[in-house]
Amino acid sequence: MKKSKIPSLYLGLMLALMYVPILLVIIYSFNESRISSVWGGWSLRWYRDLFRDRDIMDAMTNSLILATVSSLSAAVIGTLAAVGMPRANLKGKGIIEYLSTLPIMIPEIILGMVFLVYFALIRLPFGMVTLAVAHTSFCIPYVYMLVKARLVGIDKSYAEAAKDLGATEWNVFWDITLPLILPAITSGVLLAFAMSLDDVVISVFVTGVNTNTLPLKIYTQLKTGVTPKINALCTLMFAATMLIVLMSAWFAKKSVRKTERRISSEEASGIRNSVGLAR
Amino acid sequence: MSAEIKAGPTEASDPGGVPQKRKAALRRFFDAATISVMPIYAFTLLFVVGPLVYMFILSFLKRAETWGVLREFTWSNYTNILKPVYLKTFYESLKLAFFTTFFVALVGYPFGYFMARLSATWKRRMMLLLMIPFWTSSLIRLYGWIIIFRANGTLDKILMGLGITQAPLKLLYTYSAVVVGMIYALVPFMIFAVYSSAEKLDWQLVEAARDLGATPWQAFITVSFRLTLPGLLSGVVLTFIPSMGLFFIADILGGNKVILVGNLIQEQLMKARNWPFAAALSVVLMILTSIMIALYRKVSGVKDLEGLV
Repeated sequence: MKKSKIPSLYLGLMLALMYVPILLVIIYSFNESRISSVWGGWSLRWYRDLFRDRDIMDAMTNSLILATVSSLSAAVIGTLAAVGMPRANLKGKGIIEYLSTLPIMIPEIILGMVFLVYFALIRLPFGMVTLAVAHTSFCIPYVYMLVKARLVGIDKSYAEAAKDLGATEWNVFWDITLPLILPAITSGVLLAFAMSLDDVVISVFVTGVNTNTLPLKIYTQLKTGVTPKINALCTLMFAATMLIVLMSAWFAKKSVRKTERRISSEEASGIRNSVGLAR
Repeated sequence: MSAEIKAGPTEASDPGGVPQKRKAALRRFFDAATISVMPIYAFTLLFVVGPLVYMFILSFLKRAETWGVLREFTWSNYTNILKPVYLKTFYESLKLAFFTTFFVALVGYPFGYFMARLSATWKRRMMLLLMIPFWTSSLIRLYGWIIIFRANGTLDKILMGLGITQAPLKLLYTYSAVVVGMIYALVPFMIFAVYSSAEKLDWQLVEAARDLGATPWQAFITVSFRLTLPGLLSGVVLTFIPSMGLFFIADILGGNKVILVGNLIQEQLMKARNWPFAAALSVVLMILTSIMIALYRKVSGVKDLEGLV
């Protein structure tokens, strides 16, 4: 068949279109002028202003604490669940597994809505606590899915050999399973961290009156009117997200490479896709 | 690896001095696997099942005159939805979702399909290039569109510079701006879904069809398109569902002109404070979502959404 140039042209054009909005935000963050539609030359003044803004710095602290707490809670809950599920003697495993992934399946607005009314019902104080619970709920599936996919590829004979030699369940987990699934856990945690750092829809509903996160701060500004400081903030958040996601992908690749020797490439591509797609 | 296995037995030799028999008995009651799934059971029941069940109950409760909810059963939240004002919102939402999904398919399908035909190296590069905008916060991407669409923004400057238009177009806060924002936010889902289905396609089948005299177009329709249909359908579901709930895109790019079910839910929750009605709206949205997924499964015969996991 003759190779046509149309596909490459199309791919290139669409990619360029995808990057234009992002690049514009980044370029304007270095704009000296206060009026953002006028170009006043390159400058770092908005970055300087950003770090002097107390509100934004508080929001940044909140966002970082929140992302750390939720992704680490998800790491513990998700990893233990993925490891224990296949062997646990409990009823309704399949149902719980399905229900636990609902937070990333149902429309975000419904999740935010149900959390708002439910937290009011059980009288959780709105603020960091409610934010942390809500964020943990959508962080768990990322860790769970990645670790579960990785576990499929681990040879059971390692654990059996260790048990024959007298190892307890705990030893097997700590010395054999954990080192093997660590890249998958890390990848899941980083992904969850990035998701938490970027979340706006669910946070809008469950935040308290005086608690701000960075995305909430940007959201309010986009609705009311933007200052060039927000460009600088967006650019920094973009850089942070990219760094985290690329690190996650790197760990996932490591995990897949270890796994590929054992499982079919189809399953491995499933792991890869879940990194790019779970959202 | 062998060192790790050897480390097992030495550590296992009873550090606490508990007799082996009692330990075995305890293990039967508190099996390690069972304990390790306790956290996810507890969390899921308390913070996923609990809220969803409460939403369902709440949707049948009466709203108190001043604040909060009365414990009285009523259908009125659901009958309320049938009021023309709210039905119109559902209709507008569905219309926008159809529009969005149609354009997303139009733009995303060729992308995913062409991408699957690239060499392995380019596929990997493409994946990475796609991942960056996909993972960028939706707020940043929306802000980019504000810069493009606003009066005297990037688009106006280009069009006026080329002499195509004479005055600013005032595209920001219009229906078209919302549609573009939606397409932009959702097209990656379509691309990934189509790609993962087209990647599995056996290209020899296409060549066979060509050898048997099919034109490229015929070969595409009879072979490639039919075999990538599950991916396309999965992309449609993945686009359609979120496009009914993305209230903040309508909020930011549409001003207050475009009101979707998502905006209505948010308004009822935060401003009107009519929680039972918001719950009823969410239940209906959930049901619509489930119908979409069920239909998709029935049509395609695939259990999982292609390209999702």
